[in-house]
Amino acid sequence: MDAQGTSQGPILPPAGVVHGPLGWLRANLFSTPFNSLLTVLCLYLLWITVPPLINWAIIDATVSGTDRTACAGASGACWTFVKMRFGQFIYGLYPIEERWRVNVVFAVGILLVLAALSPRVPGKLWSGGAFVFVFPVLAYVLLGGGLGLPVVETRLWGGLMLTLVVATTATVVSLPLGIILALARSSRMPIVKGTAVVFIEVVRGVPMITVLFMASVMLPLFLPPGMNFDKLMRALIGISLFASAYMAEVIRGGLQAIPRGQIEAAQALGLNYTRTMGLIVLPQALKLVIPGIVNSFISLFKDTTLVAIIGLFDLLGMVQTASTNPEWLGSSVEGYVFAAFVFGCFCLAMSRYSQALERRLETGHRRR
Amino acid sequence: MTPATPSTGPAIQIIGMHKWYGDFHVLKDINLTVEKGERIVVCGPSGSGKSTMIRCINRLEEHQRGQIVVDGIELTSDLKRIDGIRREVGMVFQQFNLFPHLTVLENLCLAPIWVRHMPRPEAEALAMSYLERVRIPEQARKYPGQLSGGQQQRVAIARALCMNPRIMLFDEPTSALDPEMIKEVLDVMVSLAEDGMTMLCVTHEMGFARTVANRVVFMDQGEIVEAAAPEQFFNAPSSERTRQFLSQILH
Amino acid sequence: MAVEAKATSSAPRTPVWRDPAIRSLAIQALLLVVVLGAGWWLLDNTRQNLNRQGIASGFGFLDHTAGFAIVMHLIPYSEASSYGMALGVALINTLLVTSLGIFLATVIGFFVGVARLSSNWLVARLAAFYVEALRNVPLLLQIFFWYFAVLRALPPPRESVTLFGAFFLNLRGLYVPAPVAASGFGLVLLAGGVALVAALGLGLWARRRRVATGQDFPAAAVSLGLLIGLPLLVAAATGFPMSWELPALKGFNFQGGLVLIPEFVAMVLAISLYAAAYIAEIVRSGILAVNRGQTEASLALGLSPAQTLRLVVVPQALRVIVPPLTSQYLNILKNSSLAAAIAYPELVSVFAGTVLNQTGQAIEVMAITMAIYLSVSLAISAFMNWYNGRNALRER
Ligand SMILES: Nc1ncnc2c1ncn2[C@@H]1O[C@H](COP(=O)(O)OP(=O)(O)OP(=O)(O)O)[C@@H](O)[C@H]1O
Ligand SMILES: [Mg+2]
Repeated sequence: MDAQGTSQGPILPPAGVVHGPLGWLRANLFSTPFNSLLTVLCLYLLWITVPPLINWAIIDATVSGTDRTACAGASGACWTFVKMRFGQFIYGLYPIEERWRVNVVFAVGILLVLAALSPRVPGKLWSGGAFVFVFPVLAYVLLGGGLGLPVVETRLWGGLMLTLVVATTATVVSLPLGIILALARSSRMPIVKGTAVVFIEVVRGVPMITVLFMASVMLPLFLPPGMNFDKLMRALIGISLFASAYMAEVIRGGLQAIPRGQIEAAQALGLNYTRTMGLIVLPQALKLVIPGIVNSFISLFKDTTLVAIIGLFDLLGMVQTASTNPEWLGSSVEGYVFAAFVFGCFCLAMSRYSQALERRLETGHRRR
Repeated sequence: MTPATPSTGPAIQIIGMHKWYGDFHVLKDINLTVEKGERIVVCGPSGSGKSTMIRCINRLEEHQRGQIVVDGIELTSDLKRIDGIRREVGMVFQQFNLFPHLTVLENLCLAPIWVRHMPRPEAEALAMSYLERVRIPEQARKYPGQLSGGQQQRVAIARALCMNPRIMLFDEPTSALDPEMIKEVLDVMVSLAEDGMTMLCVTHEMGFARTVANRVVFMDQGEIVEAAAPEQFFNAPSSERTRQFLSQILH
Repeated sequence: MAVEAKATSSAPRTPVWRDPAIRSLAIQALLLVVVLGAGWWLLDNTRQNLNRQGIASGFGFLDHTAGFAIVMHLIPYSEASSYGMALGVALINTLLVTSLGIFLATVIGFFVGVARLSSNWLVARLAAFYVEALRNVPLLLQIFFWYFAVLRALPPPRESVTLFGAFFLNLRGLYVPAPVAASGFGLVLLAGGVALVAALGLGLWARRRRVATGQDFPAAAVSLGLLIGLPLLVAAATGFPMSWELPALKGFNFQGGLVLIPEFVAMVLAISLYAAAYIAEIVRSGILAVNRGQTEASLALGLSPAQTLRLVVVPQALRVIVPPLTSQYLNILKNSSLAAAIAYPELVSVFAGTVLNQTGQAIEVMAITMAIYLSVSLAISAFMNWYNGRNALRER
């Protein structure tokens, strides 16, 4: 028993416990025979997938040139395709000389969102309000034209820009609609509640494609002759209604998280229903559901790809058309990889943000 | 049922035991012998390593140096030995840790059925006898969520007893309870002690320590500072740290 | 009059607009009027529009001849079949993709979710990468990838990728051997069925007996023997009354065997890999939601790690897992409609697509389509709620 008694100086862990990289390896990769086997299997899996991928994507890839011939003979990816079509992937068929307008809208939007969402910048109400009320008008005028700017028809809109326009519009529109639906669903009036329940459950029970079909095929039937919207508008109406049913459920979750005592306290102070909701319950509930709102924006952002099915060309739609173009036949993988990369970056960043926010809200709650 | 292997020698023997969490030296040179039928109370300031020490005894934590011998079996990483020791050692937790998806009776029967291969009727009879012993037989069909804290802790004690352990470990069994519930749990523990159960109990209930314990062990910063019979421990502690601790806890 | 006078004398009279009951009635009446009015307006417009286009309404069209072929049908169908039959074929195809997707996604999802909690750093990292990579890329993009970039890039039938000389993968799909039954094959199937039922019963019985008497029974080994042995025995007795029809290259294409069309393969692959990423997260958080103390208490009682998992952790984790899992299953159903984008013949592409275009009866077609999705959704959630209701927690 060597461990007996030596009480002078700090006693270090026995030799069996190794620190540093070797100890880390043993503890995390080779702790049991089964774990070692798994590690070896995983390493093998990585070995057969990663090097060929790197070869394809980087080492053997081509970026030079302006058409397919540049890639002839190369075994790797033909990034020339993405390079040449980059503009279309981002802006669709938006006229090249007018693209600055899209850039301005992007820049303003990103600034406002960052200001509204990052914890350190003050004046959230202002930036958030500007994003919801002022920004859409600005974007509408800049993108669509008018007020001296040349008109750009919506059938020319496309690419990432269209994806962002659709997802953002639907989120912004679905917020107020979702709040109304959520309040209606938690109302005690049977007809109000029933209407909300039917709308929410029907919309959530059917695929988004059917809603898009409704909007693109059936809307013209529903409206009186002469009253008509362009394709993008119809898609926006459909997606916004679709999104508001989901938004309603997110917000209802927040409403339910507010303790009953808050409502009772407000009523005891003499506030009526509108004031109770508007001043006490909704501000707290909305703060709680910001992560939920970000999450539904993420899924909306991904679901926007479905507009390709009714003939609008978002980022994926643009990639799809470009890769079926005879000029670039066989470049679909590069296009998909590019689109996946763009979507992946956006969604990952947003979901990380919403996770961080959730953690912050959680600790805030605990402290109370 | 269980092959009775009455080893002579102490119930628990800890010799020169050390434990580290990463670089943090939680337990330093712990030496402690618990004789059969002995009742030991462990106390000490928060974070001193009391929980860690008794959790090492049934291998909920792994020690890195030294020896722990329970009932004649040395604890190694041999899974069979660990299983054997866990069957002989019952444990009661601060947070009860009853299984919320099982009724009280099912909580009690679980281990006898699945570990001891006991037929269900027999296991249920055994369970009911222990529920009577902790004086809540009428709660057998309820779920843990439907019981008060004191009742839950008594169920937890009965659950551990159903395995017929030779040694019972208690980790602050009363500190999650309201004062009026503490007594009902302590009463059960006292009656256990009167029946000669070997007990190792982390608690700050000094009344319990005075009347029931054979020895009181004081731990601070991962070391056993003092171990003495209650009269000596409370009236003439030999170490300054113990005195300080006692003055705080006894006001 | 008298009543009113009494009311005024005992309490100040409330004006009607301040009476909450009346106010709520008024609001509801108003909403009803608005909803009904809007509905009537839309219907009236629709009626006029349809009249002008000369489209009849009603469900009679379901009996008319469809006149188009469907590449994949599990029930007899030809161009001469009715629209109603086309609907049936499409519905079955939707249900097929959905159920296969649910099955595979659940298996992969549980696997990845557990891997994400592995103590092996590399395994946990790889699982996390899987989840992040698949969750953050739109499903439609993944469907396109599998269909256009992988399956459509396969070689033509003459240069098929071949496995054991029996499986052929090419541009036209995956060709696998098809079982051909001779007389007596029914008996073998029957034996298989009997063995399956017996194995299930045996498992239940063994567990019951274990609990009741404490005696072990090697149920797993016996079941396995039963499952393999019984059908084999019957097959041997009846002289192996089945053969496999191998796909064979005839001219430019394969004949014989079973063919899984690329649209189907792409759809099942994409939908189950995508949903599995979500299910993995659900499983992971379900397992994490079970308090660490539960495991410790179970181990302290002497239960083995495997028993702890089976008797203590899983039952509790399931309670947390099932509700979000249900909504993932519903998502798989709804996402199966994306197959329309690669022309896999399911509900949306056949019925809400081709049939709608041919007949012009948009209202009826969309109503049927949505009603079907709603009822399948309802059936799935009813089942899952029933399942979860069985192990709900009882609290005070
Ligand atoms: N899993 C762990 N990883 C790292 N450090 C730990 C871990 N568990 C406990 N510790 C540390 O070990 C020390 C001893 O913890 P332990 O729980 O044994 O204290 P305790 O004496 O039981 O305290 P209390 O009276 O508050 O229960 C503490 O400083 C604690 O922070
Ligand atoms: Mg402790």
